Amino acid sequence: MTVNITLIVLMAAFFAAGIYLLLERSLTRVLLGLILLGNGANILILATSGPGGTSPLYIAGTPPEEYTDSLPQALILTAIVITFAVTAFMLGIIYRSWVLGREDDVQDDPEDRRVADQDSYDYEDDADIIADTTEFSEAEDPSAADADADRAGRTEGPR
Amino acid sequence: MLTVLIVMFAGALVAPALFARLGRSAFFVLAAAPAGGFVWLLVQLPAVLRSDQEALDGASGAPPSLTVPWIPSLQLELAFRLDALAAVLCILILGVGALVLFYCARYFKSDDPDVGAFGAQLLAFAASMFGLVLADDLILMFIFWELTTILSYLLIGYSRHRLSARRSALQALIITTFGGLAMLVGLVMIGQTAGTYRVSEILASSADLVSRGTIIDVAIALVLVGAITKSALVPFHFWLPGAMAAPTPVSAYLHAAAMVKAGVFLVARFAPGFGETAFWYPLILVLGMTTMLLGGWRALRQHDLKLVLAYGTVSQLGFLVMVVGLGGQDGALAGLGLVLAHGFFKATLFLVVGIIDHQSGTRDLRVLSGVGSTSPALFAVALVAAGSMAGVPPLLGFVAKESVLEAFVHRAEDGVVGTLLLGGIVLGSVLTFAYSARFVWGAFALKHGVPRTDFTRVRTSFLLAPAVLAVASVLFGVWPLPLDAVIQPYASLFPVGGDTAHLALWHGFNLPLLLSVVTIAAGTALYLVRGPFERLQGRLPSARDAEVVYRSTIGVLDDVAVGVTGRTQRGSLAFYLFVILTTAVLTPLTALIVFDAPMPEGFRIADSPAQVVAATAILVGIVAALRATKRFMAVLMVGITGYGMAIIYALHGAPDLALTQMLVETIVLVAFVLALRSLPARLWNRSESRHRLLRAGLGIAFGGIMAVIAMSAMASRNAAPISIAYPGMAYDDGGGANAVNVLLVDIRAWDTLGEITVLAIAATGIASLIFVRGRGDKRRRADGVEDGSVDRGQEPLDAGGRAGAARALAVRFADVSRDPWLVAGRTLAAERRSIIFEVITRLLFHTIIVLSVYLLIAGHNLPGGGFAGGLTAGLALAIRYLAGGRFELAEASPVSAGTLLGAGLAIVTLTAIGPLFLGGAVLESYILEFWLPVFGDVKFVTSTIFDIGVYIIVVGLVLDVLRSLGSEIDERAESDDPVAEDTGSDALVPPATEVEGARP
Repeated sequence: MTVNITLIVLMAAFFAAGIYLLLERSLTRVLLGLILLGNGANILILATSGPGGTSPLYIAGTPPEEYTDSLPQALILTAIVITFAVTAFMLGIIYRSWVLGREDDVQDDPEDRRVADQDSYDYEDDADIIADTTEFSEAEDPSAADADADRAGRTEGPR
Repeated sequence: MLTVLIVMFAGALVAPALFARLGRSAFFVLAAAPAGGFVWLLVQLPAVLRSDQEALDGASGAPPSLTVPWIPSLQLELAFRLDALAAVLCILILGVGALVLFYCARYFKSDDPDVGAFGAQLLAFAASMFGLVLADDLILMFIFWELTTILSYLLIGYSRHRLSARRSALQALIITTFGGLAMLVGLVMIGQTAGTYRVSEILASSADLVSRGTIIDVAIALVLVGAITKSALVPFHFWLPGAMAAPTPVSAYLHAAAMVKAGVFLVARFAPGFGETAFWYPLILVLGMTTMLLGGWRALRQHDLKLVLAYGTVSQLGFLVMVVGLGGQDGALAGLGLVLAHGFFKATLFLVVGIIDHQSGTRDLRVLSGVGSTSPALFAVALVAAGSMAGVPPLLGFVAKESVLEAFVHRAEDGVVGTLLLGGIVLGSVLTFAYSARFVWGAFALKHGVPRTDFTRVRTSFLLAPAVLAVASVLFGVWPLPLDAVIQPYASLFPVGGDTAHLALWHGFNLPLLLSVVTIAAGTALYLVRGPFERLQGRLPSARDAEVVYRSTIGVLDDVAVGVTGRTQRGSLAFYLFVILTTAVLTPLTALIVFDAPMPEGFRIADSPAQVVAATAILVGIVAALRATKRFMAVLMVGITGYGMAIIYALHGAPDLALTQMLVETIVLVAFVLALRSLPARLWNRSESRHRLLRAGLGIAFGGIMAVIAMSAMASRNAAPISIAYPGMAYDDGGGANAVNVLLVDIRAWDTLGEITVLAIAATGIASLIFVRGRGDKRRRADGVEDGSVDRGQEPLDAGGRAGAARALAVRFADVSRDPWLVAGRTLAAERRSIIFEVITRLLFHTIIVLSVYLLIAGHNLPGGGFAGGLTAGLALAIRYLAGGRFELAEASPVSAGTLLGAGLAIVTLTAIGPLFLGGAVLESYILEFWLPVFGDVKFVTSTIFDIGVYIIVVGLVLDVLRSLGSEIDERAESDDPVAEDTGSDALVPPATEVEGARP
């Protein structure tokens, strides 16, 4: 099977531009990048399906090889409609992000930064425990604060 | 035996309810479950002891067993088998279990909120232990094993407000789980090598398995790692003293009688048959001996009575594992005898410590004084148990230790190693005697210079459980015959060296007896010099504590985890994408180079000159979209690429695609304009040029690799497409000439079903993003809306010049009383209305709707179908909205978007499952041919109904987009507060002040 240069170049351009926009911070550009990627993928499917031909509308007597491949077309049709739904959804997100934060940007997640910056000291693991030789000291007050309960030794007598 | 197991687990389930009703007395009810099991065990015992321990299930004389299929495809069975070893362990599990639960009823307070869960966990633990020893399947055994680990975690962490309890629980969990995982690997290796997971069958074929060499050696070593962690042997011993943070009954049961015995049980289970594997003796004997001496040494310097016992238990566990793993009939007999003796006396001592703590409020032996004379009964019980632990005749501990010594005396005759072992055991026993004596002194003696401890009288019911166990220690010490009978069948699995050994109080004057006397004498001496000895221990440089090693290991793990997380989880989407995309470029590239990918034989420029023209237009659009600085310019340029795509499709012979692409592109443009109108017009670009180059490089690399992949894929193609026959099939079987449409609604209807579900979800998602609370499906009519009230006052009304004149004209037009062109056109502000647009909309709307229905119906044979039809109808709605405002849209859509989506999904689903009732397959279609007046002969394919569902869903989707991104945003912009409908956290931002862009 020979390769159609025009379609391949077109596909590569779609992908390259789509990735370029996808890596942007502006949400609108990210969305446009997604649309371009979608178009590129559709071209990819179309190109690999072989050369064009008669549209797959059945006419009795036509040899089956003369029709263009109908399966990739069904796949692309599905993809087009799904891309529409995703685009509309993303538009909703962009609007919402604008309303809430006046931002049209992909934000960094501060929670992840906090994880990276956290201290290796962990109270549960590293705090000192004072030996405790009874179970019946402050069992009277289960709401006693953690640290108090941990640190208070034997303070009271029997119940 | 399944009944006993189920009753115990069921008891655990209902326990919390029982406690809510009965308070702590519910423990009595819970104790009945293991007590009943104990009675069952006694009834079964004669049959178990009579049976041939090596006989497989089904063979005559086999021990009682039960097999229930569980997951046959994985060879998993609920296989249980009550042989002599299991029976011995069951005596402890059920007997001590019942007594400990009974004891709990006096130990805890009724008003303790957690006591219900505690009781449930304790009983469930007993049930898991019971299941563990009965399990005759390696995997089932592992499941019960891990159940005990988890329940032990919960039980140790009972006082969750204490840091020590939480930390110890986690530490025990981590260590025993680590060992459990190693064990699982070992078990799987054994099971796969043996070809069966049935324990009894594996033991029966052990000789054959051992001859396989390394794999079984390693597997057994891994299993032993599990046993070593569970039974707290060096170097994992430290979790057991830590686990003393558990309530004392838990310590008595889990950490003396039951759970720590699981490791000993495992050793005993595999000792007959696998005791000769390469790593068995080195692991068992070296670690066992080290543990025994280390535990005894440490026990002598503890001040907390419970810790004295804990280190004593560590020491005894090392001892037990060593004896049980020793092999030989005498070793096995001595080992199990010691297991029982230890279970009896150690549980007693823990329960005694629990009573002391309960009555006096401390367990510190430096503070306690005179308890022995205040509570003589308690003292007597403790004395018996401690005597048994120390090996004082005529108690059970003495009897067991005598037979241990005898077994090791035999080994000592064989060589140096045996002599060393015997010496080590005597030394360990001296330490044991010394800490036993120190325990009794510490708990009960009247100490000089320490005030007599306040000690309330102990209730008889509280003392009952330890007393019963103490009586057992005495009774079976004096009369060991029954125990000998119980243990002998298991011991007979081993070869007998010389005379058959028996448990007996009096063996005559021999070396073991002499060693016992030496032990007692040396132990007494060590006890007498305990003060100086303790100080000596304090002065010796202590080796690095295993717990410190554990904690630094965990610390390093934490640091590595944080480090790795910090490096990889940067919180930047661009970074993640960069990593993913780079991988996506490099992996196929490597594959292409390494595997010498095929390359196409020939190239052609294009299929037609028109294709080149369309492609060039698209390329221009792409470049312009990249360079655009205004938001809508970029959107428009991307739109151009979309229309270009439609031309490409059309040229390729894909009219359906061209049609759908055209419609979608138009609606997407409308949606973009509606959604982005409140955002600033400029698209600013904040990223640095270095980043931009990187992005461009990655983009080009990705595009390039995709091109190569595509060419290589096309060159690799060597089979005829499966779709060659589709047009014919579509016409003959699907009843439609348009193969693409028949594919969508018939041949590959499952795909479409999934797709439209996604559409419905996306539509709902958009509505919820904008409306926030609910879908906003309530219908609003134009009736009550004042004329010209919508979208008014966005521009200054007193503007002079052309704008003023235009507005005056518009107002005059709006005031003319005549039939309105649009139902709700009057609601729009005068300056917003366009007579031309209204008239055109009026003329076109119904035509477009009819066209959409035509596309839907004709789609089966001609380009069109549900998607194209639905999008066309959606465009008609969009025009109504743009011309007449949001009330016009509401009037144009009498059915809410939510209803449309639901109805569409319902139609599609019914079409899918309908054929099932007619005896067909899901989504099967039928061709009906009939005659109708006017239409004449009609050929109707049922898959058209499916397409109607698709049509309705697409209309619902477009309507949701218009309602949300159009109407709702309008309304918020007009109320000058984009978050008017929201409350609370949403209203963090000041209202929009600049509103730019297009406006309907």
